[in-house]
Amino acid sequence: MASDYMKTESLGSSASWPGKNSLLPHLDMELTERCNNRCIHCYINQPENDAQLKVRELSTDEIKAIVKDAAGLGCMSIRFTGGEPLLREDFSEIYLFTRRQGIRVTLFTNATLMDEALTDLFVKYPPGSPVEVTLYGMTSDSYEAISLVKGSFAKAMAGIGLLRKKGIPFYVKSIYFKGREADKEAFADFVEKDLSADTPPAFSMNFDLRARRDMPAKVDFIKSLRVSPEESVVALEKYKDAYIKDSRRFARKFMGPAGDRLFNCGCGKGGSVDAYGFFQPCLLLRHPESVYDLKKGSFKQALQVFFPELREKISTNGKYLQRCAGCFLHGFCDQCPAKSWMEHGLLDEPVEYCCELAHAKARFLGLLGDKERAWEVKDWKVRLDRFVTHG
Amino acid sequence: MEIDVNAVYLPSEDVVARKIDDAFILVPIASGVGSMEDELYTLNETGHIIWEGLAPGRRVVDLAKSLAEEYDASEEEIRQDIQGILTELLKLNMIHKDG
Repeated sequence: MASDYMKTESLGSSASWPGKNSLLPHLDMELTERCNNRCIHCYINQPENDAQLKVRELSTDEIKAIVKDAAGLGCMSIRFTGGEPLLREDFSEIYLFTRRQGIRVTLFTNATLMDEALTDLFVKYPPGSPVEVTLYGMTSDSYEAISLVKGSFAKAMAGIGLLRKKGIPFYVKSIYFKGREADKEAFADFVEKDLSADTPPAFSMNFDLRARRDMPAKVDFIKSLRVSPEESVVALEKYKDAYIKDSRRFARKFMGPAGDRLFNCGCGKGGSVDAYGFFQPCLLLRHPESVYDLKKGSFKQALQVFFPELREKISTNGKYLQRCAGCFLHGFCDQCPAKSWMEHGLLDEPVEYCCELAHAKARFLGLLGDKERAWEVKDWKVRLDRFVTHG
Repeated sequence: MEIDVNAVYLPSEDVVARKIDDAFILVPIASGVGSMEDELYTLNETGHIIWEGLAPGRRVVDLAKSLAEEYDASEEEIRQDIQGILTELLKLNMIHKDG
């Protein structure tokens, strides 16, 4: 709608309009690392009742101050995640405060703590973005084999039921690994038939390792759950046409060798505040050299000085320079400082799993031959041009 | 929906006014405010000045008089502008009549 005095625009999927030139268009906030589920593949979860962690978490006032600062820098959207953000008794207060700054909210939750009061609040003050719910199983057995908490499936479904009953927009997301084929089908049916979703069911299957590099036994277990690169490609088969279309669009913008600079994504142009007030350049990157203590500084300082300096970093790792720096699958590969940190504790060590995954996808799309290594391909420009224009 | 020039109109508590870059925007945050969930309304200069002028006890005629003096414009012209934007905002429940 336009008039003599005002024009209307919808945020739509854009997180940043109209603050696209703002210092901080979008912010992630991890309200707690604690979770009432104990999911076997999770990269961050800590015990629900860990008193030591709870006492270290930001207070309500500290969170509000951060949200207010973010608004002052033009922030239009905040994603609240965890752990389970609804474990915080002050979640409703934080939520309403954020909305009252004119910031829309995306909530990542397992929905087990969703209740009448919170859903009523969402009805009165809509988040502005769909709630994103993890639903790691379609029966109590399959869900609780992941969550390790008896009764959690019923609570999650009750939470989803409340969202549906109140007409609050939401998505569900699941996981897949070997042995969970039946559940995968059941989830896809639920998404397509019960929820009438207009997007394909979302499964995570290439799990991240622990973002704090803790729990070594769990790290090994998460690795064992990961779907092999070849299996990942098989999973794409069902949505091949849509995948190829997306990949073409993506390739046009982002593919080609990145060189020796480590940060080639949006990392550090916004960021993520952890549960204790440390500002990270992205949700996953917690390398000590890359995090900024907001209790000792400001968003502005982090965004104008600390992160830009970080983004200038170049690799001196021979293996990285030989492989990743010259690889045309860059942009298509998940290799990044955060993945390298989680896998190796460094910012620039090639992550074999990401590399193999990118190669498998490139072969699936016809960009690489069976034995080829992407960083050795000389005619990559021709291949990309052909792919982008003809597929 | 006619604007009463002798009445006071105030911004809804469920609209957040923000200055982003060079734009002055209104963000409705509650159901039933604005025409669609989470749409943003960018006010032009005139709209911005009028919005900022809405205050307890200040009637439309008072605001028109004050702005006419400040901007050296005709009171009638300003009053028409105020009535124009207030009509739109009232339809969208972004302001309410006080009292």
